[in-house]
Amino acid sequence: MTSRRKFQEQFIQNMLKNHKSDSERPCHFSALEITSLLELFNKFSGTAGHKHRLERVRFRDELHKSFQITDDFLMDRIFRAFDKGSKGYLRPEDFICGLSTLLVGNLEDQMKYCFQVYDLNSDGYISREEMFHLLKSTLVKQSTEEDPDEGVKDLVETALKKLDCDHDGRVSYPDFKQAVTQDTLMLECLGTCLPNDKSKKAFLQLIRGEGGCEMWQR
Amino acid sequence: MGQTLQRAAQWTSAKDGARGKLEFSTLNEDILNHILNFAEGSGGKTAEENSLVFKKPLVWTTSLKPSAFSGSGYVEKGTSVVSEATSAKDGSPLLELNGNKLSILTLEQGERVLQIAGDKKMVELRACLEENKDPVANMLGDRFATVDGADNSIYRYIEEINKEIEQLAKTSEGNEEKSKELEEKKVVISLRLKLLRLDEQMLNASIIKISNDLRLNPKIVDGEVSVLKQVSGDDSNKHALEFINYYGETYVYQNGCRAQPWRQLNGDICYLVIKCFDMENPIYVTANTSGYYLNKGPSDDKSGQLDYEKPDADTYKDLVTLIKAKSPKFAEMIEKQEFTVKQKETSLDHHGAYSKDDEVDGDQTFRSEHQATWQQKDQQQDKERKQKTQTKARLEPSLKWKALGLEEDQMSKHSQQIKKKRKSSVLVDQRKKTSSKTPVGEQEDHFSESSTESEEEEEAIERRAEANADLPSEYWQIQKLVKYLKGGNQTATIIALCSLRDFNLAQETCQLAIRDVGGLEVLINLLDTEEVKCKIGALKILKEISRNTQIRRAIADLGGLQTMVKILRDADKDLKCLAAETIANVAKFRRARRTVRQHGGIQRLVNLLDCVKLTNVTMTPEMELSVEVARCGALALWSCSKSKKNKEAMRKAGAIPLLAKLLKSEHENMLIPVVGTLQECASEPSYGLAIRTEGMIEDLVKNLKSSNPELQMHCASAIFKCAEEKETRDLVRQYGGLDPLVGLLSSNNDDKQLLAAATGAIWKCSISPENVQRFQELKAIDLLVGLLNNQPEEVLVNVVGALGELAKDPPNRMAIRKAGGIAPLVNLLTGTNQALLVNVTRAVGECAEESENMIIIDKLDGVRLLWSLLKNQNKEVQASAAWAICPCIENAKDAGEMVRSFVGGLELIVSLLKSEDKEVLAAVCAAIANIAKDEENLAVITDHGVVPMLAKLTNTTDDKLRRHLAEAIARCCNWGNNRTSFGKERAVAPLVRYLRSKDENVHRSTARALFQLSKNPENCITMHEAGVVKPLIKMVGSKDEDLQESSAGCIGNIRRLALANEKARYA
Repeated sequence: MTSRRKFQEQFIQNMLKNHKSDSERPCHFSALEITSLLELFNKFSGTAGHKHRLERVRFRDELHKSFQITDDFLMDRIFRAFDKGSKGYLRPEDFICGLSTLLVGNLEDQMKYCFQVYDLNSDGYISREEMFHLLKSTLVKQSTEEDPDEGVKDLVETALKKLDCDHDGRVSYPDFKQAVTQDTLMLECLGTCLPNDKSKKAFLQLIRGEGGCEMWQR
Repeated sequence: MGQTLQRAAQWTSAKDGARGKLEFSTLNEDILNHILNFAEGSGGKTAEENSLVFKKPLVWTTSLKPSAFSGSGYVEKGTSVVSEATSAKDGSPLLELNGNKLSILTLEQGERVLQIAGDKKMVELRACLEENKDPVANMLGDRFATVDGADNSIYRYIEEINKEIEQLAKTSEGNEEKSKELEEKKVVISLRLKLLRLDEQMLNASIIKISNDLRLNPKIVDGEVSVLKQVSGDDSNKHALEFINYYGETYVYQNGCRAQPWRQLNGDICYLVIKCFDMENPIYVTANTSGYYLNKGPSDDKSGQLDYEKPDADTYKDLVTLIKAKSPKFAEMIEKQEFTVKQKETSLDHHGAYSKDDEVDGDQTFRSEHQATWQQKDQQQDKERKQKTQTKARLEPSLKWKALGLEEDQMSKHSQQIKKKRKSSVLVDQRKKTSSKTPVGEQEDHFSESSTESEEEEEAIERRAEANADLPSEYWQIQKLVKYLKGGNQTATIIALCSLRDFNLAQETCQLAIRDVGGLEVLINLLDTEEVKCKIGALKILKEISRNTQIRRAIADLGGLQTMVKILRDADKDLKCLAAETIANVAKFRRARRTVRQHGGIQRLVNLLDCVKLTNVTMTPEMELSVEVARCGALALWSCSKSKKNKEAMRKAGAIPLLAKLLKSEHENMLIPVVGTLQECASEPSYGLAIRTEGMIEDLVKNLKSSNPELQMHCASAIFKCAEEKETRDLVRQYGGLDPLVGLLSSNNDDKQLLAAATGAIWKCSISPENVQRFQELKAIDLLVGLLNNQPEEVLVNVVGALGELAKDPPNRMAIRKAGGIAPLVNLLTGTNQALLVNVTRAVGECAEESENMIIIDKLDGVRLLWSLLKNQNKEVQASAAWAICPCIENAKDAGEMVRSFVGGLELIVSLLKSEDKEVLAAVCAAIANIAKDEENLAVITDHGVVPMLAKLTNTTDDKLRRHLAEAIARCCNWGNNRTSFGKERAVAPLVRYLRSKDENVHRSTARALFQLSKNPENCITMHEAGVVKPLIKMVGSKDEDLQESSAGCIGNIRRLALANEKARYA
């Protein structure tokens, strides 16, 4: 028991020290928040075999429950964005740093994260094909149209026109950054991968120990 | 031709005294041509008829000169030209031209006159007919005068002739004279018959004309539709068309129209959907009173709404022609199946006959003629039928009908089905109606609302893009994006919203394209969703495009305001900002402002104003955002504050202290909406007070010194509206606001609004004498006089108002004269703007107080101009003109002579005593008191009955009127037996009551009047009875010498009468 607590304290210290200024994987949570997140992580991972490992399926379940993100494909991409080093499972620091971006991250963090999610093959560019893949289910299929893909292709072109600032036919991170800085609405332009305000607030209240009751009282 | 002239010809309305004129219409032109033809001899008149002497001459004012009659057969006789030919009966000439009066006695002469007139013969004929409304009566005697109803004159005349012939035969004596007379009568009758025929012809011709431009009405449309319904069906070989139906709501309005009432205003009767066999899609037709034309069918975004636009310019007289033009198949069927056409035509013909009958009901001549033609037609038809050996069955259907017997059955079934359908939809419609009752109630509210802004926007004309052909490429791109909005999830929506914003949304083509492709509905629907990002994106677009008036109306129509008002309570501040800004744009017209109020928007907007203190030096982004929210709230309130009820609602919601707080801001973009709102509201007295007590004047004055002209303008305007109160004016001076105001005058800019606001503020501020002092120091008069030229009226009103106020101080009058202000002021008296006239007359009146000014005014004929303004419709203008006249008379040299020189002037001013406006009456009394100083003028106004009119006014309780009335009475006593007359008119007792008034001025003038009246013993008795002595004695003790003297004089007169009485009794 004591060893566990010790480990926990050490972990928190570590998180606070190393990730505060880490531009790659920043963590903006306070010690208290990290503690409750760690508890949460243990709760999630505890039932499944390995300790300190959050499996993909379980993560997706929780993601769905807490943040109402429904798209399977995107959830998978989010998992991959969380999972540093493509281990196939999440370690506590992966989990906490990822949530930090989602919940309290600044625009820069979130842009990076979103780009990561959208860059399917992780080559640093979002290509037409990738965009097509991301957008293909966004349009309600219209029976009247001859080719259902036609509309999606059009949409891809529209999005590309907005995003591809250097006109090279693909979206690099600087492109993406520029477009989003111009219009922050473009952050999630290729699919919802951030929680909405309401669920964000609820989750933060949960981990800050403010409780749900208070939220309802307001 | 009498009937035609009375009925068919279009006369202009004859006003009293003036004769009606023939209108210059094609119809009248035709009638005149007919008559001309007849008169010129092509009507087949005989020589006897031509030389028949009229019973009364036809007299009219001619444009022909006597010299035109210089030819043979005419001689000059004194001033007139007469014809050599004379009447056989009394030897009077058959033609006589005296001055410009031309009279003729025979048709022959008429013919010659027309010849002489040459190309002006139409003019002559027109004049003749206009002046002789019933020429037949003149020509043939009154017995043939045109009368309404049955006209049997001709039959009686024939009987008479017959009798005479019989008599003649009986007496058998060759009574030559008798037979000659008889002969003449025969000529009369034949001429009468010919005239009747002419009448008939003309009536027929005009009826054809009238029925040609007969407009469609619901009855005709229904008739055509029901006929076409009978020939519609499923079988392309047997039916002419597939279906024809009314489109849209099936509710039939009381006037028979089916179109919605607002469309009825455009003349729409109903909408039809028609499908022929050779059409892919049904066509949509508008039945308008001007005819049938195609519309664009239901617009794809709004269910049940038609796109009323006309795709092409073709309008058809009847439905069949339209369908024929659109569908070759239909035309072919119609051609083939004669019965359908026949059926239709007869039904139409019935309508035609109906209307014809209606129009000429009771007109025997026409009807008989009509019957005759019918008979002829029938005969012809009969002949045809005889060949077919079908003599009897005139109305039997053709054989083809019988062959179609089965179909008829089907058709009736079909129509029954349609009826059923319609019944059910009628029910639905009624439900719709009940649900739409609330907005009707709202509409009533609408009228009670006032707005300072012009309501022109309300009537903004709908402009539509033209035909599809020349739509810009943006249109199609926008259409595509809107499609994504409609049929995409959140991600696609966001891409589409962001891309839409890349278009130039300030451009009208893009704005309208969004509306036309149904984008507005989607955008407004998005506001109802939970997705904050979508809402933000949608509002950003709405905010931009709502700068367009048409879009505003569309947003309001689609219920966008309600949703936006809801958003105002959202937690997201960006969202609140955007919603408020959009509301600010949309609420530029009255209905929208009302909607905002009725949905609680005012309270929410006011809540937005409540933000952090603005004095903080360092602002966190969070704070800045909340300041921005407040700014947007102020913007929206500014738009909303143009409605009176909204101002009230804002006040109740506690807007004033919040605005006061925001007024401390340093930022122009915050100050402009705040001050804009304040100046909009300042017209309400409650705000005026609050603005002062909340200490806003100081801030307003401070911002007056701003470098932003718009802000300056709003500040000046707010001061203008608030400075009706003395305390406010004092505050403006104390905070040093007068200097920047005057400074605004000299900053030689073209901003007329700023100028109007600044001059307005100066005007109101100069009501306080202390302020006048300061303005004097600042040499405001020179600047103001400089503005008298070449300025729009709204500036002029204020400039002149300010001059009027400033001129109350005597040195300023001289200053105005020296600055050359008198002449432009007098020139402005000829204007028409009533607000301006009120101020100008006041200013001129003030200037006239100085005799040197008066010389200039007199020279410029200013008094005459003032006098003529007494005739103005506006009571305020009348009153202030009358006030201005007073100093003019007082200070003019030879005032009496001047007044007399105005023709009808004295009568006019006396007649104004009948006015019901107290201010006018007081002013006129004051003017009369001045006029009566001149004895001659007093005599004239006495003749015009000034005494009883003044006496009638004595019962008033208005102190101002009392004062001037008493003054006028006092002056008017100085003529003839006016004193006695006032007594007789019971003016004395009411005057005594005036002494109980609290106004010193009333006392003074009343005492003067009583003193004058007391010179008549009868009046003394009345006064004494009314208890005059006690108050008068009190007034003798007054400090006012004038009052003392008159009171004492009056008492003296009463006393003297009493003494004389006693003397007489005891003598």
